[in-house]
Amino acid sequence: MVFTRGPLTTQFTIDTPQSNMARCLHLGSFLFTKMVNTPRISMGVKTCLIKTWTPHSQGKAISIHSAIHYNSENNSLSEEKVIIHFINQDGIKTTTAVTEGQTLLDVVVNKNLDIRGFGACEGTLACSTCHLIFDKTFYEKMEPIVDEEMDMLDLAYGLTKTSRLGCQVTVQKWMDGMTVQVPQEVRDAVGSKGSQ
Amino acid sequence: AGFYTAQHLVKVSDVSAQILDQSFLSQNPVPIYYVQVDIYERLPVPFGLVRFGVAPDHPEVKNVINTFTQTARHARCSFHGNVRVGKDVTVEELQEAYHAVVLSYGAEGNRTMGVPGEDLAGVYSAKDFVGWYNGLPRNRDLRPDLSCETAVILGQGNVALDVARMLLSPVDILKKTDITQHALDALAESSVRRVLIVGRRGPLQVACTIKELREMVNLPGTRPEMEVSEFEGIAETLKALARPRKRLTELLLKAAIETPGKEEFERWNRAERAWGFRFLRRPLEVLPSTDLIRAAGIRLAVNRLEGDGEGVWAVATGEVEDVECGLVISSIGYKSLPIDPAVPFDARKAIIPNTMGRVQQTAGLYCSGWVKRGPTGVIATTMNDSFDTARTLLQDIGKGTLDVSTVKPGSQAVSALLEKRGVKPVSFSDWEKIDSEETRRGETRGKPREKMLDVGEMLQVARA
Repeated sequence: MVFTRGPLTTQFTIDTPQSNMARCLHLGSFLFTKMVNTPRISMGVKTCLIKTWTPHSQGKAISIHSAIHYNSENNSLSEEKVIIHFINQDGIKTTTAVTEGQTLLDVVVNKNLDIRGFGACEGTLACSTCHLIFDKTFYEKMEPIVDEEMDMLDLAYGLTKTSRLGCQVTVQKWMDGMTVQVPQEVRDAVGSKGSQ
Repeated sequence: AGFYTAQHLVKVSDVSAQILDQSFLSQNPVPIYYVQVDIYERLPVPFGLVRFGVAPDHPEVKNVINTFTQTARHARCSFHGNVRVGKDVTVEELQEAYHAVVLSYGAEGNRTMGVPGEDLAGVYSAKDFVGWYNGLPRNRDLRPDLSCETAVILGQGNVALDVARMLLSPVDILKKTDITQHALDALAESSVRRVLIVGRRGPLQVACTIKELREMVNLPGTRPEMEVSEFEGIAETLKALARPRKRLTELLLKAAIETPGKEEFERWNRAERAWGFRFLRRPLEVLPSTDLIRAAGIRLAVNRLEGDGEGVWAVATGEVEDVECGLVISSIGYKSLPIDPAVPFDARKAIIPNTMGRVQQTAGLYCSGWVKRGPTGVIATTMNDSFDTARTLLQDIGKGTLDVSTVKPGSQAVSALLEKRGVKPVSFSDWEKIDSEETRRGETRGKPREKMLDVGEMLQVARA
C-alpha cells in the first residue's frame, strides 16, 4: 500500500499477527512530532507490527506508527464504537475503538496502551499520572471538574488549560474522533530531556 | 524508585527506541536487549516508603504496590530481601557480579534543627514519628509521650500535615487503617488537643499541597485556629498567582480568616481539638521542664520576609516568642546517607552526584529516586525520575558506554557470597507469606493489615 502526500512518499507493509482476533488496518492519518524509526513491539495479541521505510534522500525523514486495537470481547457490529486517538509521551499515536461508559484510564489499561506510568493510583484521585491533554472543543463539552480532581491535576507535569485526569473522564458518543495526549517529552540526540 | 526503575528495565528493552540520533542508528544496528533485574533490599519486606512513609489514612496511594508486585513477579526480575548492601555485600562486589548497579535507597536520615534541647524527651524527628506509626522496625520502641496538651510541628510540608492528622484524627477513623496497633493504642490515650504547624516563612511559601490541606480543614472533631495578622496582604497577591498556588492560598485564607458558614461554625464550636499554621517562626531552643528531662516549651525567633516572588527569604527581627508544649516534632526534611565508600557522595546536598541518573566518575553505577534528586516530590515525580534513570542506562548500553559484552554471573555470585557470610535472603514469594499473615491478622481487627514490627518475626514467617 503506498500513501502519497505532498513531496514525500512513505511505504508501508503490514505483518498480520498469528491470531485472527485482530485485523490491522492502515490509517490515513499522519503524526509528525519527531524522527523515529523504531520497530514497535507490543506484548498484546491485538497489536500489529508495522514496519516503515523512509526515503533518506528526501531531506526530512518521517515515519508513522499506528496500531488499531479492536475490542475483541465484544464483536457485535451493532454496538456503536467510539473512536479515540491516544498520543503517548514519545509522540506515537494509537487509535482505539471503545464502548461508552468506561473512563479513559479504563481504556488505557484494558487496551494495554503503551503510555508509560499511567494511572499509578488506579483511579482513586491520589496521583496525577493519568493526566491527559484535550483539544479545546472537546474539553469545553466535558462535565465540569470538581475540587478533588483539580487538587491532584494541579500537581501534574506539563499542566495546560485543557488538561483533565483520565480516570475522571467517561467515554461518551460525542467524543468520537477525539484525540488525547500526554505531555510530550523531547529528547535530543544526547538524551537530555526537555518538554513541549 | 527501585521498583519503577526495575519496571522500565524489564520491559522488552528496545534500546534503539531510546536513541533518537538517526545518523547513529543508521550506522549502528542496535539489537533488542532482555534485561534481568535483581532487587536487593535491607529489610525482609519490600516497597520502602510506600509501606513505611505513606500515611495509614491514604490507602489509595498504596495502590502502586499492585504494579510493583507485577514487576517483582516478572520472569526477569527477582527480589532479595534481608540483604544489607554495604555490609552483607559491598557495592564493588555487586559491580563485579552485574553489568550495572542502580542505587535507589532513598533517605533514611533527617535534617536536624541544630538547637539546644533537641535531645530532650518529647522531641522527635518526623521521620521517626512516621516510622513509629507505620511500623518501621527501628522505630518500634519510640514510645512518644502524648500526655501533653499542645504539640508543635516544625515544617509545613505534607509530612508535617500527615503527623498533624495522625495526632488529631478521631480514633474511630484510624482504627480502620493499617496504622500499627501500638500507635493506635497510644493515640487513643493521647491528651494532645492542639497542634501548631510552624514554618520559617509566610503563607505563600507553605510546602504542603492542597489535598492534604483540605483534609485538615475537613478533619472531624477539629477546628482551625490561626493568627489573622499573619495573613496581612496575602489576599491581594492572589490574582497574580499560578492556579495551584492560588487555590492552595485561597483555601488557607478561608480556613484562617474568613467567617465560617452556619454549618461549619457549628462544627467548629463542637470541636474539641484545634490546629493551626504559625508563620515566620524559627526554632531557637527547646525549653526543658523543671526536672530538665523533657520538653516543656519551644523558643521561636520571629522573622520577617525579604525579597519577592520565588526568591523570598526569612530574616530574623530580633523578637522572640515562647510556646508552651510537651511534644515537638521536627519535619524539616529527610536526608540521604552514604551507603558504601565506593560510591561518591555529595555531603552538602546529601545526594549521590550524578548526571541524569549516571553516577559521576564511576562507570556502571546509576541512581534513581530521592538519593538522586533529594527527598521531595510526589509519586509522579519519583516515577518519572526512575524511568529517566532506566532510559539513561539503556541508552548507555546502546551507545556502548555501558559494556554488556562480557557474561556476568549476577545473583549466582552474590548468593554464594551471602551464603558464605551466613545471610539468608528473603524471596518475593517469602514476602508473600509475610503479606498473607499480616493481612490475616488485620482482618481479625477490621484493618487492612497488622504490620509485623520485628525483623526476627518477619524472617520466621518467611521461612515457614
